[in-house]
Amino acid sequence: MDIFLVEAIVNGILLGGILALLALGLNLIFGVIDVVWIAYAELVMCGMYAIYWLYAVHGVPLPIAAPIAIVFVAILGVLVHKLIISPILGSAPINQLLATGGLLFFLQSFATLLFGADFRNIGLRLPIVEVGELFVSFARLLAFGVALLGMLGLWLFLKRTYVGTAIRAIAQDREIMVLMGVDPSRVYLITSALGGGLAGLASALLVLQYDVHPFIGLSFGPITFMICVLGGLGSMVGGFIAAFIMSQIISVGGFYTSIELSYVLAFLLFIVMIFVRPQGLFGVKS
Amino acid sequence: MLEVAGLEAGYGGFRALHDIALTVEAGEAVAVVGPNGAGKTTLMRAISGLLAPRAGRVVFEGTDLAAVPPHRIVERGIAHVPENRRLFPRLTVEENLKMGAFSPAARPHFAERLEWVYSLFPRMRERRAQVAGTMSGGEQQMCAIGRALMSKPKLLLMDEPSAGLAPVIVDQVFDLVRRIRQEGFTVLIVEQNVRQVLELVDRAYVLEVGTIRKSGTAAALKSDPAIREAYLGI
Ligand SMILES: Nc1ncnc2c1ncn2[C@@H]1O[C@H](COP(=O)(O)OP(=O)(O)O)[C@@H](O)[C@H]1O
Ligand SMILES: [Mg+2]
Repeated sequence: MDIFLVEAIVNGILLGGILALLALGLNLIFGVIDVVWIAYAELVMCGMYAIYWLYAVHGVPLPIAAPIAIVFVAILGVLVHKLIISPILGSAPINQLLATGGLLFFLQSFATLLFGADFRNIGLRLPIVEVGELFVSFARLLAFGVALLGMLGLWLFLKRTYVGTAIRAIAQDREIMVLMGVDPSRVYLITSALGGGLAGLASALLVLQYDVHPFIGLSFGPITFMICVLGGLGSMVGGFIAAFIMSQIISVGGFYTSIELSYVLAFLLFIVMIFVRPQGLFGVKS
Repeated sequence: MLEVAGLEAGYGGFRALHDIALTVEAGEAVAVVGPNGAGKTTLMRAISGLLAPRAGRVVFEGTDLAAVPPHRIVERGIAHVPENRRLFPRLTVEENLKMGAFSPAARPHFAERLEWVYSLFPRMRERRAQVAGTMSGGEQQMCAIGRALMSKPKLLLMDEPSAGLAPVIVDQVFDLVRRIRQEGFTVLIVEQNVRQVLELVDRAYVLEVGTIRKSGTAAALKSDPAIREAYLGI
């Protein structure tokens, strides 16, 4: 097989890991709270700026800057829930889209105000790893591995702990939770913190590979949303699989055509899916 | 143990219950019977905190439950087996039971109570890794009762545990309820199956269109001509 094709497939798999992480965060929020955080990728942008500011501006070592950024974005997630989502939980879905959409523009403008519109780089150059005839970026390998670990950690949390079990249960029967002694509003807050934390983790992995700028969210937000719909909104397993389908379309499709066209292909698949199977591959909600 | 007085509850503009008075003493089994739509489920929901009463009091062991946040009522000792079981269909049996032990007071006792529930319902031990939604109706009812028992309640509310089950399974469910009584639990049970439930309880209330029409010992109600005609088909 063509070595460049193999490289495209490998890069697709590596990209899939980080997209799966992003989709997991969005799906978690949607499955539990029943809202779509349109501004999810903008939270990732905030995390990237946090790391840039700590590491490149103030010289905080990355192993310290990254956890700080994760906690920072987790707190942002809690604030998003408290200030924006919680007051409008009962209102029509369109209001929730407008509110989190408004947050998207707010965060973009705020980042521009603080950092300007320039592309900024943390200035860390990680090596290229040579495997046989294959050249793979170490940053991508690292991102893939850590993303998988992050997802494994979340899975263990959801599977093993009381709160994790409650998070899965609340998506299945909201009303009955109080009979179990669960305070739903507390579960929402914890879920928002987890969703934010996942965005923070993604930001730490992405900042190793990409420049940060106020509109970086647009590179990931739409594709993450499409992945979630493809896999079935709220379905974490579906999102995981769909992330790898989409990343192959982008990577291998880009190999045969061009990277722009490959995004068009991904979008076409999304449109077809909406018509053929609106609940997604593994959808449980219509 | 439980004292309900002047209770009024409803949905939107609709008043489903008015001026309900009811008591349950420790160690008793009490039934609420009545036709469909009478308000039986609403009454159970108002006691367990799923629905906020509009007026009146629900007092449990001397505490007015209006002052207790709904999710903390289970800690006080009231567990509710809701109408239609309402298991978490995509969680396993054991995860459903785990949710029943969610409250901080129950968690340290999870392992021992799980063992106890499994010894009460050996079928649940066999099914413990199965996804709850794929079990038969009777098994789901066992699981729902087991989930409520995981909090080791002082008062167990059961809303039509026999509904929608085949006659043989209905008998099994009533046997289960009988065993739970023997374990010393105080029980408040709603049933359509009036004949069988009156064999099981000490006292009963008859609820019709949102108000209590009659009450008395099981024996007295069984021999009441109006009850015999309306509910026992004699
Ligand atoms: N969620 C609800 N919204 C509006 N009305 C309801 C709701 N639940 C029950 N009702 C009405 O309240 C009355 C009592 O219902 P319910 O308590 O379920 O009766 P039962 O359990 O005795 O069959 C019925 O007239 C029913 O239509
Ligand atoms: Mg009912």
